Amino acid sequence: MRSKSKTMLFRSLALHSVLVPLALLWLLPLWMMFVFATMSDNAIFSPDIHLIPSTQFGENFAKLQGDIDFVRTLIVSVVVAVIYTFFSVALTSMAGWALARYKFLGRGLVVAIILGTMTLPYFVVVIPQFIMVARDFGLSNTWFALIVPPLFNSLGVLFMRQAFSLMPVDLFDAARVEGVSEWKIFIHIALPLSRPMLAALSIILFLHSWNNYLWPLLISNDRSMMTAPVALGSLFGLIDVSWGGVMVGAVLLTVPMLVVFVFLQRFFMAGITAGAVK
Amino acid sequence: MRRRNLTAYGFLSPYLLIFAAFWLWPIIYSFYLSFLSTRRAPWTFNPSMTWLRITQDTAFYNALWNTLKILAIQVPAMVFLATVLAVLLNSQLLRARGLIRFAFFAPVVIGEAAYAAVFRLMFNTDFGIVNKTLQAIGLSKVDWFANPSAAMSLIIMAVTWRWVGYNAIIILSGLQSIQTDVYEAATLERVSPRQQFFHITLPLLRPVLVFCFVLSVIGSMQLFAEPYLITNMGGPGGATETLGLFLYRQGFLNLNFGYASAIAYTIAALAVAISALNMWIGRDRT
Repeated sequence: MRSKSKTMLFRSLALHSVLVPLALLWLLPLWMMFVFATMSDNAIFSPDIHLIPSTQFGENFAKLQGDIDFVRTLIVSVVVAVIYTFFSVALTSMAGWALARYKFLGRGLVVAIILGTMTLPYFVVVIPQFIMVARDFGLSNTWFALIVPPLFNSLGVLFMRQAFSLMPVDLFDAARVEGVSEWKIFIHIALPLSRPMLAALSIILFLHSWNNYLWPLLISNDRSMMTAPVALGSLFGLIDVSWGGVMVGAVLLTVPMLVVFVFLQRFFMAGITAGAVK
Repeated sequence: MRRRNLTAYGFLSPYLLIFAAFWLWPIIYSFYLSFLSTRRAPWTFNPSMTWLRITQDTAFYNALWNTLKILAIQVPAMVFLATVLAVLLNSQLLRARGLIRFAFFAPVVIGEAAYAAVFRLMFNTDFGIVNKTLQAIGLSKVDWFANPSAAMSLIIMAVTWRWVGYNAIIILSGLQSIQTDVYEAATLERVSPRQQFFHITLPLLRPVLVFCFVLSVIGSMQLFAEPYLITNMGGPGGATETLGLFLYRQGFLNLNFGYASAIAYTIAALAVAISALNMWIGRDRT
């Protein structure tokens, strides 16, 4: 018995001597983001190593606001992500319901489309999307341009189809016999039952929109309609920019997502692994 | 399941409408565009300005070569690291599980602009913490933004930092779906843990690993934000120029939509070919 517990102890030590330093290394960029955000530019670009937060967060925030109205870009990002998430969840859960509940002509084709677009590089569609929205419609720098073209996604449909197909069919059929319409069954029975799945999907889609970079970069270059990541990135190439301020921006973009991640980790994991299994 | 065409189409129509407008039509249109010379109006049918040009364009080959380098080095290294991580994180012996998982999984929620900014400062040649540490332990500093191979390593490290946890989550869920009684039986048969790993765990993980490879290949083929934001648009001198960045340059800086469409279809074809190769290598041989 003693030797067994000794090998366990040895294994545990070996495991932690690999994982703990690696975990600290992985945390370093995150930690440095906070440290940089609290340092003056003189301290960031000085020969000393700083690993402890300083006191300049407020000043850096003021500089960031001066360089680019970051609060405004954050508001744009929040509005876009909320509306995008709502519509994308609505579209994909309706489509997922159709695939889970009904047999219909062209069902196989729809499934093939969904799986096919999953592996199709986005670049194949982004050029015509840009020509259409920016040139033909003249809708650059609008809410429509930021929200509607990215709405289509495969993940949500597969995720919601899975959720609905795991529910007992008898439940829906019983309601049907009572004369409840299919729309009401969907809205009043199926959707409330899939609340955890809807939460997981909403989180993933919100994150997707919040961090989206290429499309907003292309379609929204006016300062009044810039999203926060694009605004932050636009500062990188400038000569006279406060890097402490840039780091405050990075912190403001990251912290809300980290908080959501810590408290709703379960939903995140479900959202990420949805594409992998089954 | 009930046969109801009209109701089903009713539920599907908003989704299919968005699909038709913003995916189906663009897929067809960009294929058509890839045969047009779009450098000046009016656009004319002239594949020599797109498909012929791409075969002769050294800037394209440079971007292709850089992308293949990332594919060949970063993707296998990351999937390997993610597998090791997933196995270690799955261990019953692990303490401070929450904190350690947080360390690897947190980068998953961080946007490109935010982490690009941090990496730029951490790898700053004169004042970055990485070079200060190298010098403190007696090595010479590295010019991460002016030395071509250093810049490429920087991109590879950044992408790996951002994505290894994502892959580890997928592999971890694969590990946890393996029935524990398989291991119990193997232990009873005195199969060593090492043999268990190579003869039970790895074969059962194969589909999940192939999935990770395919996802990462498709992601790497489209790598754009990192070289755009971290190494100043593919610098130094195009050393980190990826296919994604090259397409952005042609399509959205030069507004040469025809040529950019030909590049897009080339990227798609390569992604399909390499993914298929992955699936073939990882196929079930039993």
